[in-house]
Amino acid sequence: MPLQPAITEIEQLKEHPALARLLVWNKAVVQSAKFDRDELTVWVEKGAIREVCAILRDDVYCPFNYLSDLTCVDWYPSEPRFEVVYHLLSIPKKERIRLKARVDGSSPVIESVTSVWPAANYYEREVFDLFGVRFTGHPNLQRIMMPDNWEGHPLRKDYPVEGYR
Amino acid sequence: MTQFPAPTVAEPGQDRTLILNMGPQHPSTHGVLRLVLEIDGETVVRLLPDIGYLHTGIEKTCEAKFYQQVVPLTDRIDYLCPMTNNLTYCLAVEKLLGLEIPPKAQWIRVLLNEMTRINSHLVWLGTHAMDLGAMTVFLYCFREREDVLRLFEMVSGQRMMTSYFRVGGLALEPPLGFFEKVKSFADRFPGNVDEYEGLLTGNPIFLMRTKGVAKLSMEDAIALGATGPTLRGSGVDIDLRRDAPYTGYENFKFKVPISTEGDVFARYVCRVQELRESIGIVQQALAGMPEGPTKADAPKVVLPDREKMKTQMEALIYHFKIITEGFAVPPGEVYQAVESPRGEMGYYVVSDGTAKPYRVHMRGPSFANLQALGKMCEGHLIADVVAAIGSIDVVLGDIDR
Repeated sequence: MPLQPAITEIEQLKEHPALARLLVWNKAVVQSAKFDRDELTVWVEKGAIREVCAILRDDVYCPFNYLSDLTCVDWYPSEPRFEVVYHLLSIPKKERIRLKARVDGSSPVIESVTSVWPAANYYEREVFDLFGVRFTGHPNLQRIMMPDNWEGHPLRKDYPVEGYR
Repeated sequence: MTQFPAPTVAEPGQDRTLILNMGPQHPSTHGVLRLVLEIDGETVVRLLPDIGYLHTGIEKTCEAKFYQQVVPLTDRIDYLCPMTNNLTYCLAVEKLLGLEIPPKAQWIRVLLNEMTRINSHLVWLGTHAMDLGAMTVFLYCFREREDVLRLFEMVSGQRMMTSYFRVGGLALEPPLGFFEKVKSFADRFPGNVDEYEGLLTGNPIFLMRTKGVAKLSMEDAIALGATGPTLRGSGVDIDLRRDAPYTGYENFKFKVPISTEGDVFARYVCRVQELRESIGIVQQALAGMPEGPTKADAPKVVLPDREKMKTQMEALIYHFKIITEGFAVPPGEVYQAVESPRGEMGYYVVSDGTAKPYRVHMRGPSFANLQALGKMCEGHLIADVVAAIGSIDVVLGDIDR
């Protein structure tokens, strides 16, 4: 299938159940949205991420009850540097949505979603370990892949591929 | 890696627990998994998995490679289902590129993907049964697994690290006589499954070790992010092959086995049924195999055939360009999820428009399932921990990456 141009107008996308729910709840948290390659991405206000996740999980019509994946992308050297990416799946409706929250490089802190999905526990630890993004309210925010005394966060773009010598 | 938190000895009379290390070198942890157990006598009070021993930084390595060079790295993630890893990555990049894959390549992908599922489930069945004391099943399973690996070797030249799927299609046409060999395997394999089931399904010792052990309720399974047979064993009806078809799965008819008990036996039943369904899909793929090319018509992305490269100037130029410069992928991002033998395997690929991926993230099903292990084991006996680990079918390469 040849590529279609991405749709970035919220007006054209508000039919999607998740986006519609968020707009009804609080218009201000939705920064922008994009529909590209059959996937919907919604950028949400960083401070509201836990509430947004809880709202989407508890939606009656299309509950996004399953956290598929949680990861991060480093856009060094541009600011805000990090994008924390949440992939949600609705098991009853088989819908997917991608949430993104932008996080500053100077103080990379975002609220944890472990209270919404306990499944986020390991993923957030992984992001903390490899990117250095801190999650407030996480029950056990420790390194998970690297040794505890490791210096630096390997998946950051300013970390050399072969490591510091 | 996990530091062990101080044991809870605050209340009087509670200081009777003991910390026990299980692994990382323990035969039943299926790799380098370390479990820190807090035990009260024989009962597990708390269980804390400690991972990272096999972390090789594949995600970081991917960022320094061309798109086509990432394919061999994906084999090494979940080394029991290399083809599924190849497939997920290729599908993600093809989605980024907007490439159309010819039907024959899609059908061969389905066929080999199901053979991979059989391969992986056979390793699981053999080792799981051996952990619980049934040695014979292991020998039988590895006998059939050897046949599958020979088929992989025939088609890709490698038994385990196949790297057979490429962006835009397949590496090579399957060799002559390959489909006949698959057919003869597929014809006799249901009999083999009967054999395994005859040894296990009604075996009272096996039933005592598995029924009612390591239960996981449907709510817990969803909340903890369990996936694949672990999720279906708890009664959640989801299978991405049916619910979000990829690479032509919509053309195949199969059932999705569900079990509602949520114990080790339920997960066993789901997986054994999946073996039978997989062989059905293989039979359908063989019967309806379309004719045509096995590579997409995209000379800037797909390497030309060897013969063309030696005779045509154009093909030689494209070959040289792809090998030395890679191919540029339009900017964007894709999350491609595939039903691997262990559950939802997702590849999140971000492109910035260059020939190297900006970010590749692998969502491993074992990583997700491991989080549910603590919930399953708490309050049970130490011996049941072994059964629980076997039942979620962990692959440490997939967890640590």
